[in-house]
Amino acid sequence: MKLPFYPGCSLKAQGKNFETSGVAAARALGVELIEIERWNCCGTVYSLTGDDLMRQVAPVRNLIRVQEIGGKRMVTLCAMCYNTEKRAGLRVRRDKEDLEKMNAFMDEEEDYRGEVDVVHLLEILRDEIGFERIRDRVEKPLRGLRVSPYYGCMLLRPREAEIDDGDRPRVMEDLLRALGAEVIDHPYKSHCCGSYHTVDDPQLVAGRAQAILSSITEHGGEMVALSCPLCKYNLDDRQELVAQIYPDFSKIPVVYFTQLMALAFGLEDAMGFDNHYVDPRPLLEEKGFLQKIQV
Amino acid sequence: MEFEISGDELVKKVEELSGQNIFSCYQCGICTGSCPFAAEMDLGPRRMIASLIEGRAEVLQSNTPWICASCFQCVVRCPNDIDIAAVSEALRQMTQRKGIDHIDLSHIPAEERKRIPQIAFVGNFRRMTR
Repeated sequence: MKLPFYPGCSLKAQGKNFETSGVAAARALGVELIEIERWNCCGTVYSLTGDDLMRQVAPVRNLIRVQEIGGKRMVTLCAMCYNTEKRAGLRVRRDKEDLEKMNAFMDEEEDYRGEVDVVHLLEILRDEIGFERIRDRVEKPLRGLRVSPYYGCMLLRPREAEIDDGDRPRVMEDLLRALGAEVIDHPYKSHCCGSYHTVDDPQLVAGRAQAILSSITEHGGEMVALSCPLCKYNLDDRQELVAQIYPDFSKIPVVYFTQLMALAFGLEDAMGFDNHYVDPRPLLEEKGFLQKIQV
Repeated sequence: MEFEISGDELVKKVEELSGQNIFSCYQCGICTGSCPFAAEMDLGPRRMIASLIEGRAEVLQSNTPWICASCFQCVVRCPNDIDIAAVSEALRQMTQRKGIDHIDLSHIPAEERKRIPQIAFVGNFRRMTR
């Protein structure tokens, strides 16, 4: 199965290991994620005002890129791209007048017909691959690894964008169990991490990260799995600041769910565990999932 | 800065930008109870809406819409389906459309500029600057 794939900006930079592990893990399950050509930034946050059509142009342009190659769906990995693209697509599908205005404005493009569906890789894994097949593909079950899923906001809210039951999501739990891991539930899995305030108010974000991560540790989690480069930065890199503010805080590794897929599938070149503030490798070595490399 | 706007004009403008009916709020407070940042806000979402219902233009000086990061927790729980995040966006844009930025980016340390992902910057600029 070949599917058009929209990586977005952060997967080409700080979140490179998300892309590498995601594309490789999908391939191992028979899904080729084909990067769409000439894609542009989605704008990151969906514009919430009715008259601000200009900010819907960027995400809709990406949907035209998919339409041009005859694609019916656009697959995303980054939760923020997913949400922005999904909602922009739904808005112009609902509001034909908006769509007409935008098509007139994007004169050099073919008219967008409003038909491309935006999906997240987790939906493809659940609905089309199935967890049974994922379990069959596992070479190295992550037995004894206590992982807490963290969804954040953009995969579950608002309702029109939810990839799963927004109040009781289980897609990431089911995936982690298929990989052999032990899922550790916790009450903060869809709480906001502070998002873009990491730019203007790192202390605010550190407060959120402390609340989320401490709760995970208290519930017995020893690693966090997520699907957003911004959540990853706020929950991983910001632990440096958290530890300065809260001296009792104990650090915990934070990874993309696709990295755990790559690990369980034995895709050694695609794991990307070298790109973290809290290095996940010592824990994975201790559990016997990674060979200790002598330097 | 001073906003020269009457209460009626303010509510009309917010409703127009956000597409929400402010007066459908019956002040149950589940929004503030759900908000992860309520403790940091001067008003919080419930009182932000109350200020609008009362036509108080001071709400444009409140830190509440600026701290709101559009996590949509209040939105999915509101029993009257008010998109409170869109109300925050409308209040932010009323300031931004006067040509005023809410943040000064010049003091972000160079090391942070390298490490913070682009989506954080783009999201921040879109919500906090004109």
